[in-house]
Amino acid sequence: MLQIKNLHAKIEDKQILNGINLTINAGEVHAIMGPNGSGKSTLANVLAGRSDYEVTAGEVLFKDKDLLSFSPEDRAREGMFLAFQYPVEIPGVSTTNFIKTAVNEIRKYQGEDPLDAVAFLKMMKEKMKLVNIDQSLLSRSLNEGFSGGEKKRNEIFQMAMLEPSLAILDETDSGLDIDALRIVANGVNTLRNENNAVLVVTHYQRLLDYIVPDYVHVLYKGRIVKSGTKELALELEANGYDFIKQNVGEIA
Amino acid sequence: MEFNQLIQDAFNSLTQEQSEDTFFPIRQKAYENFQRQGIPTSKHEEWKYTRINSIVNNANAAFNFATPFKVTGIENIPALPFTQTALQLVFVDGVFYEELSMLNDTVEVCSMQQASVRYPDYIKKHAGHSSRYIKDGMQALNTAFAGNGLFVLVPKNTVLDAPIYIHHITRSVANQLFVQPRSLVVVEENAQVQLVEMYSNEGTQECFTNQVTEIAVYDQARMEYYKLQNQASHCHQVGTTHIQQVGKCFTHCVTITLSGGTVRNNLNLVLEAPHNEGHMYGLYLLDGQTHADNHTIVDNLAPDCFSNEFYKGIMDGKSNGVFNGKIFVRQIAQKTNAYQSNKNVLLSDTAQVNTKPQLEIFADDVKCSHGCTIGRLDDEAMFYLKARGIGDKKAKALLLHAFAEEIVEQVKPEELKKYIENLINERLEFGE
Repeated sequence: MLQIKNLHAKIEDKQILNGINLTINAGEVHAIMGPNGSGKSTLANVLAGRSDYEVTAGEVLFKDKDLLSFSPEDRAREGMFLAFQYPVEIPGVSTTNFIKTAVNEIRKYQGEDPLDAVAFLKMMKEKMKLVNIDQSLLSRSLNEGFSGGEKKRNEIFQMAMLEPSLAILDETDSGLDIDALRIVANGVNTLRNENNAVLVVTHYQRLLDYIVPDYVHVLYKGRIVKSGTKELALELEANGYDFIKQNVGEIA
Repeated sequence: MEFNQLIQDAFNSLTQEQSEDTFFPIRQKAYENFQRQGIPTSKHEEWKYTRINSIVNNANAAFNFATPFKVTGIENIPALPFTQTALQLVFVDGVFYEELSMLNDTVEVCSMQQASVRYPDYIKKHAGHSSRYIKDGMQALNTAFAGNGLFVLVPKNTVLDAPIYIHHITRSVANQLFVQPRSLVVVEENAQVQLVEMYSNEGTQECFTNQVTEIAVYDQARMEYYKLQNQASHCHQVGTTHIQQVGKCFTHCVTITLSGGTVRNNLNLVLEAPHNEGHMYGLYLLDGQTHADNHTIVDNLAPDCFSNEFYKGIMDGKSNGVFNGKIFVRQIAQKTNAYQSNKNVLLSDTAQVNTKPQLEIFADDVKCSHGCTIGRLDDEAMFYLKARGIGDKKAKALLLHAFAEEIVEQVKPEELKKYIENLINERLEFGE
């Protein structure tokens, strides 16, 4: 599904990613953890195609295609989805209209006919249940005046509607209380299957109690310094990132 | 031939033809006024960013001053695309044509000349009132040349369920054309009316419309005014809409400029009675070389009035937007509430906007605010939309729609709003 090879990236003059290697197969859930400033969000944003970041070396294959040559919209159309850490408020654009436009732009790219109003509404209703999102929220302007939890639920709702093959959740747990966290995690778990994959970027182990990863990677100073199974997350929770920093220090 | 000589000749032949005209002394005076002032240049403070003298000078002798009382060869007058209309009033080449208009029994419509006999008081009180606020050569030129002007009287207690459309048709097929339409609308006590001014042009030669519309609104009346400008780049316009709120009443104005050559809109709101309420909205959605200038005045002459002004602009290509909003609060106008805001989005490096909100306050117990912004499309919002698979063009269109919608939703007649939305859709999704 996704192969990241020796990825280097910088923003302005600041080098942030220093050679990331990571392979994600269909059906897998990977978690990326790491202290503040280690490059977790940068990785998520570079994959989604944010233009503020410049890739200085390396390559990324997404379904065997050169991901980095695609525009952000084409990455989404190819099946990549970034759940934003800070979803943007867009006054005047209704959430429903926005999602409908997105669904149909993706369908067009994939050579399918646009969904008609009836089929779209049916799909909306189904997916709304999944993340427990209210109709009234969807008729409002996109994210405008939404609470933190509503914004994150809206991200997962969009993910459900767009049915991506790779979902990247960028600190989706930040700003969520425990109930909202459960709803969001439940949504993600329901959408998981053997054909798609999830990359969870998070600070804390907490989210991983609900979205159980197959692999956990620790990012530090722009490199993956340790990989393991879900037990690694528990270890981090117990010992903090200091032992990683020390270990890396020793290696260096 | 120089433009001024051209005007002189046109005025001479007009006075020979129409020396019996009731308005002759007024014309004469206005013409002298014009001779003193001429076509405004960028040295004139109110014309700093809008150059019209080059348009008239370049056009040179070719400008055909339509004879203000007679228009010939009227065929194929384009119909308005609306079914819900109370009245359709037609100007051809700047001259009001009753024969082509659709009238009804409830609203009185006649020429200014007839009105000066039938309603001398209204004429005396309101015709030419705008000259107290707009003191430039263009205003004088209109008064000097205005031909068969339009007078509309919406009598007491009349409530119209559809808008009155004033359709300005110009024909600059063979010759360049300079026209001077003039209207006075009186909305009497307790009446409710929606007025819409629209423009269409046949031909490809330069066409210059220099227009004055004066409106007087009486006690407890409600007046909505819409101006829609969507013309080709060879059509230029200078227009003044001057609204006197004589009694305690409500007005709501929306000016929408989608295309054209050089367009200048003066909109004045004179709040003469306590507790008057007035709203002014504007949208200019420009590309190519279109230049749109909105100059507004709100004059608070009485206490306890409320006014709200909100103009938005989107500039692409080499287009140029100007906003100049002036609010006067006279000493007597205590407890005035006056708000003004102007927001602009520049889409290209070659587009420009000049915005100047102004407040002049002589009373000490008032609430006033004004502000303006100029920016680009929000990068974060663009990325968010793209990250959901929405392409660059669609993403832009979505954001611009959202930006424009705040003004478009102020257009109350449903049919007109739909029509404007379609024009904007076409522009944003299929345009350059």
